[in-house]
Amino acid sequence: MSAVKLSLPKPAVPAPSRTTARPVERSERWLFGLGLGGIALFLALFVLLPLGMLFLRSLYDRDGAFVGLANFAAFLEAPALTRSVVNSLTLSALTTAITVPLAFLYAFCLTRTHMAGKGLFRLLAQIPLLAPSLLPAIALVYLFGNKGILRGLLMGESIYGSIGIVMGEVFYSFPHAVLILTVALSTSDARLYEAAEALGAGAWKRFATITLPGVRYGLISAVFVVFTLVVTDFGVPKVIGGSTNMLATDVYKQVVGQQNFGMGAVVGIVLLLPAGLAFVADWIGQRRQMALLSARSVPFQPRLNPVGDRLAVLFCALVGGLLLGLLGVAGFASVVTFWPYNLTPTLANYDFAQFDAAGWGSYANSLTLAAGTAVAGTAIVFTGAWLVERAPGRAVMKGTVRLMAVLPLAVPGMALGLAYIFFFNATWNPLSWLYHSMAILVLATVAHFYTVSHLTAVTALKQLDAEFEAVSASLKVPVWSTFLRVTVPLCLPAILDIAIYFFVNAMTTVSAVVFLYAPETKPASVAVLNMDDSGEVAGAAAMAMMIVLTSAAVRALHALLSRALHRRTQAWRRH
Amino acid sequence: MIRRTILLGTSALALLAAVPAASPAGAATRLTVYTALENEQLAPYKKAFEADNPGVEIEWVRDSTGVVTAKLLAEKDNPKADVVWGLAASSLMILDAQGMLMPYQPKGAGDLKAGFRDAKTPPAWVGMDAWMAAICFNTVEAEKKKLPKPTSWADLLKPEYKGQIVMPNPASSGTGFLAVSGWLQTMGADQGWGYMDRLNDNVALYTHSGSKPCKMAAAGEYPIGISIEYTGAQQKTKGAPIDVILASEGVGWEMEATAIVKGTRNAEAAKALADWAASRKANEQYVNFYQVTAHPGVTKETPNYPKNAEAAMNRTNDFAWAAANRDRILADWEKRYGAKSEPKS
Repeated sequence: MSAVKLSLPKPAVPAPSRTTARPVERSERWLFGLGLGGIALFLALFVLLPLGMLFLRSLYDRDGAFVGLANFAAFLEAPALTRSVVNSLTLSALTTAITVPLAFLYAFCLTRTHMAGKGLFRLLAQIPLLAPSLLPAIALVYLFGNKGILRGLLMGESIYGSIGIVMGEVFYSFPHAVLILTVALSTSDARLYEAAEALGAGAWKRFATITLPGVRYGLISAVFVVFTLVVTDFGVPKVIGGSTNMLATDVYKQVVGQQNFGMGAVVGIVLLLPAGLAFVADWIGQRRQMALLSARSVPFQPRLNPVGDRLAVLFCALVGGLLLGLLGVAGFASVVTFWPYNLTPTLANYDFAQFDAAGWGSYANSLTLAAGTAVAGTAIVFTGAWLVERAPGRAVMKGTVRLMAVLPLAVPGMALGLAYIFFFNATWNPLSWLYHSMAILVLATVAHFYTVSHLTAVTALKQLDAEFEAVSASLKVPVWSTFLRVTVPLCLPAILDIAIYFFVNAMTTVSAVVFLYAPETKPASVAVLNMDDSGEVAGAAAMAMMIVLTSAAVRALHALLSRALHRRTQAWRRH
Repeated sequence: MIRRTILLGTSALALLAAVPAASPAGAATRLTVYTALENEQLAPYKKAFEADNPGVEIEWVRDSTGVVTAKLLAEKDNPKADVVWGLAASSLMILDAQGMLMPYQPKGAGDLKAGFRDAKTPPAWVGMDAWMAAICFNTVEAEKKKLPKPTSWADLLKPEYKGQIVMPNPASSGTGFLAVSGWLQTMGADQGWGYMDRLNDNVALYTHSGSKPCKMAAAGEYPIGISIEYTGAQQKTKGAPIDVILASEGVGWEMEATAIVKGTRNAEAAKALADWAASRKANEQYVNFYQVTAHPGVTKETPNYPKNAEAAMNRTNDFAWAAANRDRILADWEKRYGAKSEPKS
């Protein structure tokens, strides 16, 4: 709503109407309502109601007796809690403080310099996305563990604990931040820079007064996305946390270790707090955000700058090299016969049946899951984001949808999975047939990764002036036609990014599905977890590498497609 | 040429013969079987059972003891499992107390060792084999660090082992729990907790799974792992420089057992599996991994398996006590040592 208000046509332009962004036909209004209702229903069924059940369960003890807030009281008295809270907050803050500046600089190099090899660096930045978060931790153990290759570099400190967690989490969260910041940085109006230069503003001043304010919304998003990702991730601390506990892993501890669903639900709910913060930040960001790209914008063209461009290459090569290096270590681990005593190369670790009953079957399941999630997720998220941004009126409904769209980010997959058990395995639920199907894995994954996709779509949509729709409306073009023929093509790069984001996350997610998979739907990522859990680290590394190779192949295809698309649909940005 | 044709002909015949047997027009019953068996045990067990029971197909859901138990409890109102095959008896007792198991007396259960089944008639669960807590000791790393070889639980308290020991978290790992329950039952509560307090000073890490400490010891990541005796033998056979030690005081142990989940839609097939799991043939499978099985007549030498395993097992081992006190023990344990535990446990 606020976005529509703020991007009102500027006075200089003959506006179709000044009170609403666009005139709306009655039938269109009805369609908008239906669409918004559908999105709201989807998010309610797959985010809100399961979480509601989670909340309800937190009020019952393990025998199903109502105990009110007793679980919360017990939680507050648990001695390990304060330490977990402190660990979660400090380590997440530290990771954010390292990741966001790194990612910003990286995204800046990708979008605002003339450096060579941008395509390569773009791909390198996506490396961590291709792997389960267990992978960097496994690789770090091989590098810095007690028998690690580079053990000496830690100067006696142990990798098991804060150091390992932060290193692993920076790797894990980096591409998420780069994705958001690249989208935010890639659209800018060259006229602003020209004007600033003409007025004598130096490079730093232009950076501080045009670039930074322009990506403020993306920066805020990135900070919250990284922070909450780290707070809710359990893959890295699980493998390398040693005795350093985090809140997200406490959920699992309660549920799995002590079979205390009530208490697990409590910790899950405590973890929802950052979501509240994220929503407030999102809301504030919305009020301040202007549409950056009006119909008359001139795309920014980075100028040649030999020294700066070379520094950019150096920086990106360093960061990208580290990302690739960590992946290489995992690859190495997967082909060693018996680390560290027998380093003969072997492919035996890829014979998964010896470590895991599902063998290669789990890999096939992951392909199905990833494809399903990419198709369903992208369609739902983009349509949803568009409706929220562009549908007229219905402020309350949009606010609700926005809140529900931000929520999943702060819900640890483990908690979401638990919530799904409570909700979809309940005998009274007419949707209980979904339980144990591949469909519920797809839906859980879409819901779990809804937020970042939603924010990406919103960021892309915000950069399109609502004038596009206003103009087409004044030309009497139906709104869905504008959506399909203008909005979707203009946003195709972002849409593809979202699809790929869903695909690779479905390949790599463990936490969202670990409570939900059935024997015939067990995904590869769970197989990685299972193998690592039972100490078959080489097998786990091998399956993780299969996930990486698959995601990489899809990513390569995406890069080719994007380039072709870019040429066809983004030419307007180049004149 | 002729021979090849004949060969082709016979193999084609064999295929023809095999096809209807394998899938009698889609009539195969799929049994969902929850288990905490080790991964490498799943394929041979499944194959052997299905060979004897054409028309029944096993779908495994495998995780560590704590996870499988949690999953079953979470699904209490709408169970997805037909059978639990290979879960700690003390976990099955918890499920039984919740009324989640269907009592059934498998054919031939009378032949099994007396302690290896539920005392009720018909029993809610029937035992398969026993596994126990062993110390995996990496001799190469010990040499480098000048660590003496431990032979008893008491030895593990020596100050030179500080930060050198890994053990499973009893909350998630059946092996971790049997070790803790073993110490508490043989030493008594006060001394048992006192022992664990001091052991905790030497423990570097509590892992999620029971086999992982031994695999970490095998890889030299930590020189000493309190783990499963069978994993030790297996790692040693794979070439790991480890000794598998059964502590001289006697070791805690637990029983793997089979039970039918109440409300199964495949009761007949479930009973067939319960029958088979208690049979001599099944025990001949178990013995490939564990030396102590439910069937008195089934024994086998496993390479690198510690000697006299059955004699080392604690005489006092009350599963009912362990099941009834599990919550309290784990809560106490968590309060004392939880801070040191691997996150996912």
